[in-house]
Amino acid sequence: MSDTHAQTVAFVRDTMLPQKPAPVGQSGVIQWLRENLFSGWFNTVLTLLGIYVTYSFVMHFYPWFAHGVWDANSLKECRAIITDRYGAGATGACWAMIHERWHQFLFGFYPSELYWRPVLTFALLFVAIGPLMFQFVPKKVIWFTPLYPFIAVWLLWGGTVWAPLLVLAGFVLAWVVFSYVAKYGSISGFSAGAIVAILYFLFVVGPLIDLFQGMIPLGIEHVDSAKFGGFLLAITLGVGGIVLSLPAGIILALGRQSDMLLIKSFSIIFIEFIRGVPLITLLFVASLLLNYFLPPGTNFDIILRVMILVTMFAAAYIAEVIRGGLAALPRGQYEAADALGLDYWKAQRLIVLPQALKISIPGIVSTFIGMFKDTTLVVFVGLFDPLKGIPDFIRADFNWKGIYWEPFVFVGAIFFILNFAMSRYSMHLENRLQRDNH
Amino acid sequence: MTTAPDAPEHTGFRLSQLIYDTRYRSMTIQIVVLFLVMGFVGWLVDNTIQNLNALGKDFNYSFLGQRAGYDIGNALIPYNNDMTHGRALLVGLLNTLWVSFLGCIAATFIGVLVGVLRLSKNWLVARLMTIYVEVFRNIPVLLWILVAIALLTEVAPSPNAYKVNAATGEAKTSMLFESVAFTNRYTAIPSIHFDRSLGSLDTALAPISLNFLAIVLVLLASWFVTKTLNNRAAQVQAKTGVRPTTWWKNLAIWVLPVVILVTALGINPEEPALKGFNFVKGTNVSNAFVALWAGLSLYTAAFIAEIVRAGILAVSKGQSEAAFALGLRPNRTMSLVILPQALRVIIPPLISQYLNLTKNSSLAIAVGYLDLRGTLGGITLNQTGRELEAITLMMLIYLVISLLISGGMNIFNNRVKLKER
Repeated sequence: MSDTHAQTVAFVRDTMLPQKPAPVGQSGVIQWLRENLFSGWFNTVLTLLGIYVTYSFVMHFYPWFAHGVWDANSLKECRAIITDRYGAGATGACWAMIHERWHQFLFGFYPSELYWRPVLTFALLFVAIGPLMFQFVPKKVIWFTPLYPFIAVWLLWGGTVWAPLLVLAGFVLAWVVFSYVAKYGSISGFSAGAIVAILYFLFVVGPLIDLFQGMIPLGIEHVDSAKFGGFLLAITLGVGGIVLSLPAGIILALGRQSDMLLIKSFSIIFIEFIRGVPLITLLFVASLLLNYFLPPGTNFDIILRVMILVTMFAAAYIAEVIRGGLAALPRGQYEAADALGLDYWKAQRLIVLPQALKISIPGIVSTFIGMFKDTTLVVFVGLFDPLKGIPDFIRADFNWKGIYWEPFVFVGAIFFILNFAMSRYSMHLENRLQRDNH
Repeated sequence: MTTAPDAPEHTGFRLSQLIYDTRYRSMTIQIVVLFLVMGFVGWLVDNTIQNLNALGKDFNYSFLGQRAGYDIGNALIPYNNDMTHGRALLVGLLNTLWVSFLGCIAATFIGVLVGVLRLSKNWLVARLMTIYVEVFRNIPVLLWILVAIALLTEVAPSPNAYKVNAATGEAKTSMLFESVAFTNRYTAIPSIHFDRSLGSLDTALAPISLNFLAIVLVLLASWFVTKTLNNRAAQVQAKTGVRPTTWWKNLAIWVLPVVILVTALGINPEEPALKGFNFVKGTNVSNAFVALWAGLSLYTAAFIAEIVRAGILAVSKGQSEAAFALGLRPNRTMSLVILPQALRVIIPPLISQYLNLTKNSSLAIAVGYLDLRGTLGGITLNQTGRELEAITLMMLIYLVISLLISGGMNIFNNRVKLKER
């Protein structure tokens, strides 16, 4: 019928007109510009302001970056080269300082022939956290994770190989005792394991290390804590603090959720006390007061003391993160565990904690970012952090006196890259968890 | 028919019940934990006493009453080096609170602005704000404070660069808005001067400016009057359905009395003026304070921007659409529907950022601003050698500040909490 119609009525068009492109103002770049940058007088003003700010920033800083000098022996030489090349009054960065001193920013005063040790430790860190954080890593790698702390400490500080091995043996021994006695009741098993571990670490492990070292001397060169500095120090403190604080944080979080009034109160007091004071005061406790609190004559190195206080600090924050994870679990999970007849620890271990910890990982990563940034404060108790300690040390050298902006840019860039990557990872994780839960 | 199993025969209390009977077990565990904790604390105290004895020290706070003997550059209350360590502590505490207070205000202002602009439809501005947020919050605050102090001491000119050259009529450097001068020694800002000042009231702690007191009283009175006015308007609205116009009355009550008062007092800003090598009029703010304040504000503002953005995004679109469907105008929608819901999300993390800023103000150590840590935990500690007393007292004060702030937050939370029925 339409055919006849088309033939009888002459003015009906039987072919479509070709599509015309949208008007110039409604398509492509112009449309995008109009919608996103100039959609009204206010937006136009904002855009112009933005362009002006960007332009003045670039104009101000670009020459400084572009005129950078990589090859010089002192700041004076740098400035001479810049004046020579770009005329009097030209500004320029003196990257030569980074070129000469980058290793101090990264490793502090760690012996340069042993740099492979911190680098290897850092690389192994990814193997250790891989199975926890990335799905593509085979799950079997997880057996490496509990071993990593011992390997890392041994690689970083060096010394006899027997120390980490025998300390590890202590944990294995405690576990064996626990699992053997636990057949007669979990509480007695736990107590027996704890007592054996404490006795072993207090009285046995020291002489045993000496004995083994005497028989078979095996080890690598010892590096003193005083040689740690720069990002090596910051990462050691940050990672060490978080790893050591995880068990304490879990216990504190469970304690805060507990029905037992006394345990709940102790947990709350500890958490709120630590969260209520600045980290700097805790670092002063580490450097000035810890010697008062420990038995007379105890004296151990400042990094370990700082690590103890940083761990306490992190534990309080981790506890709050995990408490959030525990609270986010649906009530039904707890009730289901009760319905299955699991006791408290079995319910926590098999049902509650695996889920709560999984939810908490983004929070733990954020806490780690905060901690990592805060490790720069150790400069105030005399350690060489990468932000102030190392640059101050370099500026004390006559050649680099008065160099301010280059260290800021270099250290700031490294902090930014690491933290930005971690925060993006944490966001990605949050998205993945959200998908997993639906 | 089922029969209940026989209840176990009561055979008296056995010791093993302490562990295996859930009725007693929690008590047992708590007592054991109590003993362990008390033992641990006792051990710490015992060690401390032994160590103090070995050093020939005692534990008392009498040093707070001794002469301090050091000067504080930015004292908010009258202070000189003949006063006591206790007075120095108070000066330091006020400095901590002052920089935190001003930092919170600036951070909130910048943070809200950045957070809102980051949601802007303007592509360029949104990107710029994202860059600001990411750069500032991924780099330690210490770096920002150090950059600020380096800018002020290394880049800012010396005061006499502001000197007007008699021949050309121009200065090497001109002041910002003709009233703020950044120099490598201090920042000169205008101060407020009253021509017909009421004088000040001397109290033991600090002199209180009567002018200031009068302004506060007038503002309080205005607040009270506007509150009554609004209550009455609400009553009229409840009765008749029509709300009397109040906005211009409110505005008049807030503005007029204060304006009349300050005019009567003869208020006028005193611009900094260069005389010789220094600025004499106005106020010279130390660079340490400016750097600390700027660093803390810019850093915290990045976090606040994220909080504000998340809060605004948290209010679902349906809410504003529903409000429009009810016929509310955009500004009423904002004030009655969106803001109350967004604020409920924004305020708790915002206050914890204030708390962080206050704690981070202890970074004053990096620039040499004498705050609580600088006086009590710094010079006083070094002069008297009383680490134990000084640091515990300092931690206690910080703890009290934190608990007060978080207590305030809890009260607020309970007030705005969704009332679920």
